[in-house]
Amino acid sequence: MLCQECRKNEATIHIIKSSDGKQTELFLCEHCAHDRDELDFSYEPKFSLHQLFAGLLNQNLFNNREASSFPGLQCPSCGLTFAQFSQVGRLGCSECFTAFEEQLKPLLRKIHAGCSHRGKIPFRIRTKVLYLREIDELKEDMQQKVLNEKFEEAAVLRDRIRQLEAQIIDTGTVKGENQ
Amino acid sequence: MEAGGPDTDVVISSRVRIARNVRKYHFPCLAADDIRNRILEDMHLATGKKEEFKEFSYWPMADLSILEKQSLVEKHLISPLLAGESKHGALLLRPDEAISIMINEEDHLRIQAILPGLQLEEAWKEAGKYDDLIESEVDYAFDERYGYLTACPTNIGTGLRASLMLHLPALIITRQTGRILGALSQVGLAVRGLYGEGSEIIGNLVQVSNQVTLGQSEEEIISNLSSVISQVIEQEKNARQNLLDKKRANLADKAWRALGLLKFAQVMSSQEAIQLISDLRLGYDLGLIKTVDHKLLNELLVLIRPGCLQLMTGRELNREERNIERPARIKQALERSQ
Ligand SMILES: [Zn+2]
Ligand SMILES: [Zn+2]
Repeated sequence: MLCQECRKNEATIHIIKSSDGKQTELFLCEHCAHDRDELDFSYEPKFSLHQLFAGLLNQNLFNNREASSFPGLQCPSCGLTFAQFSQVGRLGCSECFTAFEEQLKPLLRKIHAGCSHRGKIPFRIRTKVLYLREIDELKEDMQQKVLNEKFEEAAVLRDRIRQLEAQIIDTGTVKGENQ
Repeated sequence: MEAGGPDTDVVISSRVRIARNVRKYHFPCLAADDIRNRILEDMHLATGKKEEFKEFSYWPMADLSILEKQSLVEKHLISPLLAGESKHGALLLRPDEAISIMINEEDHLRIQAILPGLQLEEAWKEAGKYDDLIESEVDYAFDERYGYLTACPTNIGTGLRASLMLHLPALIITRQTGRILGALSQVGLAVRGLYGEGSEIIGNLVQVSNQVTLGQSEEEIISNLSSVISQVIEQEKNARQNLLDKKRANLADKAWRALGLLKFAQVMSSQEAIQLISDLRLGYDLGLIKTVDHKLLNELLVLIRPGCLQLMTGRELNREERNIERPARIKQALERSQ
């Protein structure tokens, strides 16, 4: 394993530090370990989040009997295997999210405030994404109406959903949208 | 970084960083050398088309010395990860250094804004402006449900990391930090200090940042962080007032002694220097000492670090040499400002 500080020398020193019941790990070469007291003062979290995530991932797999059931799981686009990912905690390309979605979802739920993006949207697909968000909401509403046997109101929602869906064309933009 | 900005007696700086990737390329850790070169070219091309980027300077990591890279890390303009990427990493830097864009770090792009004092919303606006400019030229990796796609799942969604560098001497002296920092981590904020031997926080400096990036909008993330921090600021100010009422002479003594050591000491470690700068800063913020200002104090905090120190001296220095060079440089900076 390479030193996490210089990424050049072989790491020979393993530092485990615990504060407030949290453990952090660091693998360093001798040179960097010696210099550490001065190099440590960085604004950027150097090792916490990846290690934390990879740790979470390993723990999850370890506790999960199905862990051995996806040995062949691999991203078709970049070739990263799920086993590799769970070691390093980093994905290889934007397709990895689709390939590992089922495995990632429970973890995303653990570290984030849910599983759906509510922030900024790139301008060129903005209208489409806003329509899709609206469709999702309408579908939920519609199901609720059906459960409550309010079929006429549900039908109105269904028509609105169809209308929105028709406006979204496959190219990622929306009919009549001028950019 | 310039001084100024609101609540600058407690908040040293506000930083916002957004992670972005180009759809068609593998993320940097998996991309082959030629792909990473193409990413550099694409970014150069995209930003080159925009008037707003004309004033930026472009720094391929390959063209920088180790000392130059280290001092950029110390100024928080690049990450240690980018500094270690010697072949394909690059930095785009606005002349005032408030905006820096890392290319081929963990993600293809990391756009960062740093402003003095509590200015998270302004920092988000600044970073967002350059994000919009690049986005108009580049197809970002974006998923309708998961938002901006990033190499590490901890950044997915908004790709936004907002952080504040806080100076909390009164809360730390009065031993209230455990309670308050514990509460921060319970509301989803990550807290980091610079720990010396044991678990003492060196220089009373603490960094607080958001952990959640998916499921909340950028504005929600930033307003949550700001509102929680404004309570911490309030508590720190109360604790300072309390200390001032009870221990005025001791605080003034501490600040003046710190100034004396910073001016006249001959050998000084960075840990000692950071602690003394903190004592001096508290004295200044409480009105007990007037011969310094935030601009100078911020400058000292950077120049005492190994990379900046060696860059100013123009050669590599070992630890013992740095401990001698450090107080000399501090003395010069103090004399220059007076
Ligand atoms: Zn090393
Ligand atoms: Zn992939």
